[in-house]
Amino acid sequence: MNTLRIGRLVVGALVCVVVGAVVLAGAGVFVARAADPIKIGLGMALTGGLSANGKPALMAMQIWKDDVNKKGGLLGRPVELIAYDDQTNAATVPGIYTKLLEVDKVHFVVSGYGTNLIAPLMPIAMERKLTIMGILGLANNEKYKYPNYFQIQPSGPDPEANWATGFFELAARQNPKPQTIALVGADAEYPRHAIAGARELVKKFGFKNVYDKSYPPSTVDYTPIARAIKAVNPDIVFVASYPPDSVGMVRAAAEVGLQPKIFGGGMVGLQFTTVMTSLGPMLNGIVNYDFWAPEKTMMFPGIQEFFTEYQKRAKEAGVDTLGYYLPPYAYSAIQILGLAIEGSKSLDQQKVADYIRSNEFSTIVGKVRFGANGEWAKSRVLQVQYQGVKGTDVEQFRGPGKKVVLYPDEFKSGNIIYPYSAAQK
Amino acid sequence: MFSWDLLANAIVAGILLGGFYAAVSLGVSLTFGLLDVVNIAHPAFVILGAYVAYTMNSSFGLDPILTGVLFTPLFYAVGAGVYRIYYSSFERRGEESLRGLVFFFGLLFIIEVALSLKYGVDYRMVEAAYIGKSIDLGGVGIAFRLLVPCAVGLAMTLALYLFLSRTFYGRAVMGVSQDQVALRLMGANPVRIKTIAFGIGIAAASLSGALLITISPVVPSTDRDYIGRVFAITVLGGLGSIGGTLVASIILGVAESLMATLFGPSWSLAVSFGILLLALAVRPAGLFGR
Repeated sequence: MNTLRIGRLVVGALVCVVVGAVVLAGAGVFVARAADPIKIGLGMALTGGLSANGKPALMAMQIWKDDVNKKGGLLGRPVELIAYDDQTNAATVPGIYTKLLEVDKVHFVVSGYGTNLIAPLMPIAMERKLTIMGILGLANNEKYKYPNYFQIQPSGPDPEANWATGFFELAARQNPKPQTIALVGADAEYPRHAIAGARELVKKFGFKNVYDKSYPPSTVDYTPIARAIKAVNPDIVFVASYPPDSVGMVRAAAEVGLQPKIFGGGMVGLQFTTVMTSLGPMLNGIVNYDFWAPEKTMMFPGIQEFFTEYQKRAKEAGVDTLGYYLPPYAYSAIQILGLAIEGSKSLDQQKVADYIRSNEFSTIVGKVRFGANGEWAKSRVLQVQYQGVKGTDVEQFRGPGKKVVLYPDEFKSGNIIYPYSAAQK
Repeated sequence: MFSWDLLANAIVAGILLGGFYAAVSLGVSLTFGLLDVVNIAHPAFVILGAYVAYTMNSSFGLDPILTGVLFTPLFYAVGAGVYRIYYSSFERRGEESLRGLVFFFGLLFIIEVALSLKYGVDYRMVEAAYIGKSIDLGGVGIAFRLLVPCAVGLAMTLALYLFLSRTFYGRAVMGVSQDQVALRLMGANPVRIKTIAFGIGIAAASLSGALLITISPVVPSTDRDYIGRVFAITVLGGLGSIGGTLVASIILGVAESLMATLFGPSWSLAVSFGILLLALAVRPAGLFGR
């Protein structure tokens, strides 16, 4: 009898041990899964022609990752960022994203920086039905109409035309109204789109086009171009250029005395700290597109904290010191992806895309809502004018007043100085 | 749109640009044209020189071109060292054709990546009193930012021409390009002569880098824009001809400038390389090649 009871007790104890072990093991597995990171992958221009923007963009996303992980991650899981250098070479993009998806098994991808590097990602995203956040691409989805593509550049629903709308509206408002315009841009993806949009706006606003030329991106001397434009004496000069050509055009304009009534438009690079500090007073009077300026009208929740952290890291990394151009938008792109994962409580590509499409997001660059083509539902490309720049000290660009927001009206922080020559005095 | 005023300005701007192109191409003319070493890394040394000028300018306010001149001995030593490695690893073994090319490609990427790591990838520019200013001579505007590099480029060309034609070592460099055995019989060591010539080529590259950053901003990858251009100028001028390099540079500079001013800048590079093809069809050895 005692032997039988002892036997039953032993069997019962064994069953308890086994059940307990299974429960604990299960819990252990559950704990391990909960700790598995959510992986977000991207290719980014860390070397090559666009790396001056690519590196700060990646840095901004790393700041977001650190911010999110400090707050407990997404869906209770930490976030891991996997990035590869696309070398500013579109040919590397398919390989990088295939590796991210097949080998690294990332849950989501974000695009690299710029129109040229987003273009080769589009077919991959469409084939695999990925939700994709685009980092400053101009009109990448106009042909594809892919519903799960979302683009953080505030170009607006008609990216080509919206890009320069503010510049043309400002020009048309001036008194006396300028009549003639010169369009000039590099033979490259972005400037071609920008100039194409500008041509439509020339017709819409009734200006007369007196010069419409492009130049090779490797051009060294821009004085012949500036001189040719000066010869036709336009009231407006609209330039769509990349950083080296922007610097070349501004310097050449100063050297040959090119002084239209309004000068600028689509020059990439004038937003960069090193370019601003090098050109100094030569910037005065230029009206150019921008995405952010340290004006009171642009102080969105969280942006100052972001810049404090970014500028600390940028100094060590040797990238754009102020980071007002691309970094807050790169942060916001991945911030929206994170908010959508949390909001939809899902890692399913379609559910996350649906959530992004149907919600407005509060980000460090303000409220963002996407339209049907994945662009911002309402354009918010700023037109700023450089005013009162003295010398080359970087500190002057940290505060308001040097890059005055002229457009759109709801973010306006000052008035245009017209004509261009008046701002240079 | 045509006017004589525009034409004169375009020609002057082209000559100024040509003077700068000559400075960038002289080193290639020496190493590729005379020594038969396909130094693809030449533009990387140009950018390295530009970054040295940037560092001295931003840290100590030193004039970029003065920095370029002061650092030529250092770059000469670097160039001599590079050639010694190239010689002992490839040329001596007769493996210079393909492996040597890979060596210089590797060197180009190492320099580019090292600059990226050290300086980051932000655009770098220099400040100097003459940047952004110009003078007007009878309706012809001359930008000092281009005039100074052109003047330095012409001085470099003259100095190299005099070195090659008037000095013992210069003549030896010319000799090594023609007949190394004969040179040995004259008691000169071809490897030593080539080391000197290669060092001068790299020193010239570094100085032209200082000129480049005076004209436009640079990033570590700017070197890629110049690979095709410098070799095209060297071939058009005639391999090993210093005067030919200057003439070819000015032809390409004036062609680019005229196209940009009068017909539209998008054609400027196509016309420049069209001139190269045409010239090679008529004179396969280049304008002044033997």
